[in-house]
Parts: sequence; C-alpha cells; structure tokens
Amino acid sequence: MNKVLARKDVCICAGSGGVGKTTTSAAIAAGMARRGKKVAVLTIDPARRLANSLGLPELGNEERPVPGDFGDGELWAMMLDAKRTFDELIEWHAPDAETRDAVLGNRIYQQLSNAVAGSQEYMAMEKLHELHQEGRYDLLVLDTPPTRNALDFLEAPRRLSTFIDSRSLQLFTVPGRVGLRVLGRGTGMAFSIMKRATGIDLLQDLGEFFRSFGTMSAGFRERAERVDALLADSRTAFLLVTSPAADAVDEAMFFHHRLLDAGLPFAGAVVNRMHPLAGASPSAPLPQLLGDELARKVERNLEDYRVLAERDKRNLSRLRKALGRKRLITVPELDDDIHDLAGLERMNEYLFA
Amino acid sequence: MPELLDKRLVVVTGKGGVGKTTVAAALGLKAARLGKRTIVCEVAEQERLATLFGESADGYRERELGPGLFGISIDPERAKREWLEYQLRSGTLAGLLGGSRIFQYLTAAAPGLSELVTIGKVWELAQLQRKTPKAAPYDLVIVDAPATGHGIAMLRAPHTFSEVARVGPIHRQAGYIHGFLTNPASTGVLTVALPEEMPVNETLDLGTRLHDELGMTIDRIVVNEVLPERFDAVEAERLEAVDGSPAIRAALTEYRRARVQRSQLRRLRRAADAPVTTLPFLFAPELGREELGTLAGKL
Repeated sequence: MNKVLARKDVCICAGSGGVGKTTTSAAIAAGMARRGKKVAVLTIDPARRLANSLGLPELGNEERPVPGDFGDGELWAMMLDAKRTFDELIEWHAPDAETRDAVLGNRIYQQLSNAVAGSQEYMAMEKLHELHQEGRYDLLVLDTPPTRNALDFLEAPRRLSTFIDSRSLQLFTVPGRVGLRVLGRGTGMAFSIMKRATGIDLLQDLGEFFRSFGTMSAGFRERAERVDALLADSRTAFLLVTSPAADAVDEAMFFHHRLLDAGLPFAGAVVNRMHPLAGASPSAPLPQLLGDELARKVERNLEDYRVLAERDKRNLSRLRKALGRKRLITVPELDDDIHDLAGLERMNEYLFA
Repeated sequence: MPELLDKRLVVVTGKGGVGKTTVAAALGLKAARLGKRTIVCEVAEQERLATLFGESADGYRERELGPGLFGISIDPERAKREWLEYQLRSGTLAGLLGGSRIFQYLTAAAPGLSELVTIGKVWELAQLQRKTPKAAPYDLVIVDAPATGHGIAMLRAPHTFSEVARVGPIHRQAGYIHGFLTNPASTGVLTVALPEEMPVNETLDLGTRLHDELGMTIDRIVVNEVLPERFDAVEAERLEAVDGSPAIRAALTEYRRARVQRSQLRRLRRAADAPVTTLPFLFAPELGREELGTLAGKL
C-alpha cells in the first residue's frame, strides 16, 4: 500500500456495499499516518462504531484528530454531513444574505440537499476538493458513499451540478419565448403537457428555485470543473475494494472498466475476507493429534472451507486478469470484527505487507 | 412468517452486501409454494434475481421464474414513461413530452424522481386493479429495496413529492402511494442483517429511522449467513494446542467467527423490537435454485 500511495495526495476507496470499504479506508489512513504522513479520512458511514474504533466519541462535519501514537504522522477523521456541506456551499457562493435565505428556504432546494441519491456523492467530492485546496494534509482518504451501483458514484455529482447549472436556469429566468427558444423547438409544447402531468405549482416552485440560484450558477460550474480535474489528477489514486464473492468481483471489474473509460487514475484493488487455505501440513495424522471424533469434525469442516477457498481463488484470478499489472492486495477473513485501532493494525499487516 | 405473507407488499431492506436479493427470492419462493401468485421486484438496475434462478437477465418485464413466482427489474426510465402515459391518458402525448429535451433535462437530474417512479411502479404491481392494461394482479409483491440510506430515500420519495407539489395530480398520487406504504395492513417490512458488528448496528439504526421518518415498523428481521457451531470451547483449546495446519486453522476460524456471530445475534435479539429469524451460512460456491429452495424452507 505504501508503494501504491507513494506520491499520491488523494486516495478514493470505491466498491459495492458490505465489502469492508469503510474499515479499509480507516486502516489505510491509520497505516499511512504511522508511516509519517499527515492523513485525513473522510467517511459517510454514520455508524458510531467507526468513530469509536478510532477512539472518538463521534465524528462531525469537521475533521478531528484521532488520539493514538502515529510517530511523526497524524490521523484526522470526519464524517460527511451532506446537507450541512451543501448549506455551507450556498453560504459561500451566495452574493448576499437575501439570495442565501431565498435558496436555503426554497422547498425544491431543501429536497435537493436532503436527497440521498446524488447529493451525498456530490458533497463528498466537494469536501474532498475543499480539503485538498486548503493543503493541510499529505493524504486524503475518501470512503465513498454506498452507491446503488458503481456508475452512480462517478455520474451523480455531474448530474446534480448540471441540474443547478445555468442552462436550465435560462429557461425560467429569461422571460417568455426567448427563454424557451434556448432549448429548441417543442419546448413550449413540452411545457404545456408538463403542466398537465405535474400541476402548475410545481413548475412555479422550480422557476423560483432556478431564479434564486441564478447568480450562483457560474461559481458552481467552475467548482465542478475543478473537482473533475482533481479526480483525474495523477496524484489521485482510485482504489477498488471488494470481497471475493462473484457479484462483488463482477461489480469491481465493471467499475475498473468505467474508471479506465473515464480516464481516471486507477491504482489497485483490495480484496477483503479471503479464505486462504495456507499453512504447513500437520506434524502427525489428525486422529493421532486430536482423537477420532474431533479429527473427523475438523476434516469435514475443512471440506466446507475448501469450497470457499476454491471459489475465492477462481474469482480472484478473474479479477487479476481484468486488472492487468495493477497491484492487488488480499486480506484474509479475520477472526474478529474490527472495532479498534489495534484491529485496524491487524488488517494493516496485510495491507502494508 | 405468516404476518408478512398476508400483506400486499413486503419491502426487503438492509445494509449493502447482507443478501437482500437472496432473502427476497427465498421469501418469494416460499409464498409461491403456499399458492400465492408472487412477484419479486429488483430496482436500481440490479439484475441478480434472474441469475440466481439460473436465467439470463433481460430486464424490465414481468417474467415467470417458477410456478407462481415472477420477477421484474424496474427501470426508472420505463417506469417514468409508463407513468406519463397513464397520467396523460395518451401514448402520443407521453411520447412527445418524454422525447423533448427540456423534459429529459429536468427529469434526468431531478432529485428523487427515479425513486418516486420506481416505488410508484412497485405500488402499481401491488394493486388488485392494475393500471397496466390487461395485466393480471398479484397476491404478493416483494421489493428488493436498495441499501439502507437509498432504501429509505425510495420509501420517502412519495411523501417528499406530495409535499413539494402541494396540489395537483402528483400531490394526489404520491399521497396514495405514501398511504399504502405506511399502512401496516398493506405493507410489511423485512430487514436483512448479518450477525456482525456493523450490520447489527445498521439494522437497529434502520429501525429507528423507519419509525421516525416514515412511521413504519420492521415486522421481521432475518439474520443471514449464520455459521454452524461446530466446535465447543474445550475442543477449541485442544485445537489451539496443536500446530497450524490448514485443517486446524479452518476449524479455529470457524469456532471464533461462530462465537462472535452468536454474541452479535444475542445483542440484536435483545435490542430489536421485531422477531428475529436466522438463515444458515451455505458453504456453496454460488447460490442457485437449490440453495434458494433450502433457504425458503427455513423461512
């Protein structure tokens, strides 16, 4: 991992749900801090257990120092609050108090900023960009929101920023036919059908929303472009996190493909919860060591685990083939759930092996 | 779980990666075995159901997966189009609107709209009088909902839209759907968990959020992938005393993980309001029809 993240200042951990993404992000951050870096980990996981595992009572929307011995390094952690981040962004961009209040009080905005799909991803990117701009850390580790599928994560921020971008504003802000003409023929008709389908109030609220957003849209667009540039930067690393189960591996391969298509810097993959069957052969026959009854149970259990080990091996080799020469790090299924810094260190024996 | 099978709709929720699709499919199989015409809905471009049943994935249509058991993967674009047609009572007008740039522009980005039309389609499937022309009704609809946060967002979408629209057709219809989802006589909630720290926390948290944000309660918790208890503490001690060959290591891993699982399961049972059912971990390379049948039998 040290090599994967050498000369990187942003590490984005992506993958499907339930593969240990949050734990892996925290472990990587702790590991890099122990290696002398000043690291901040950003998570969206509200599980208090993660905060506790880092020795904090809770995480907030601002970074907090994680207590512990990191030598020359430092570890900071924060939990992203999408709604708060969005509000702060509006406060930052609004030219005056009146515009700010109009937007924050608008019902469409309130729905938009509370919507899980899109706004979490968008705000995660925003926060990442903000911290990167401030330049207080050597490395930022982002635990990405659990998207419904890999595509959402890359596209949702762009979709949401397009929604509040100026082209849709023109429609509502430029009076009459001129505004409609901007979007091409048929718009007037589309509008009258839309009124019938949605009700007039909704359209009026939308118009109000776009009008109040109008003065800020250029700022948002510029920012979205800078976020895109950060994601594509050679000092950014996308790390895929997966389990060895077939569907998680499929998803990881699909996401890898998408990253390459989008020209984003893929750095490697972490496969958690492997069932390895390594080790020396027993010093004596099992029945001799354990007695017949226990030896039989142990043998039967081994058969079951062999099925899993073989499945893992198959899926891992599929993944390895797809990833080419990029680094692939495996972590075995650990005996305990990880819930403290010592647990993260156990995981790091493999991540930083 | 008779309390769930007598509903019109069962929402299967839970953290990502806990086996929601597997449990939704097994529950569907169980309902179908009891003679209920049942459909399992996938959302968010997932098509794992067909694969589980050994069929090729082909998306948005009601297809038979077994006797009395159907499946569908709901595509928000198609659902939006269907809704427009129903709304405007005209395929032509719907086509005109759906094809217009401004409409695509607004709806592609409008937050929550995909969730609304998706849950709207689920609701439509659960109606005894289907809105889709010539479609036969189902006795039970099971929806394999997105993971926790997105799942709640989907369930909340009708309420959100009925608030945003204030008056008019969207307000009215979204209000019906919200009423249907939050009526315990029509809709039940099954939450899938794993016997591990984080999933147990998330299950408890989900229960609170469903209650606070939607007034819904979890009817049943299914704990998936519970390992068998093959070794006791005395045996484990004997195993620890000998060398670390693969057989010994696998046995000790089994013992330790099963023990952690048991304590998480106890914690969940103590803290949760809903009854808890367990499903065994299956040592199979991939799940298929046979394994689903086994799990259906355990439900």
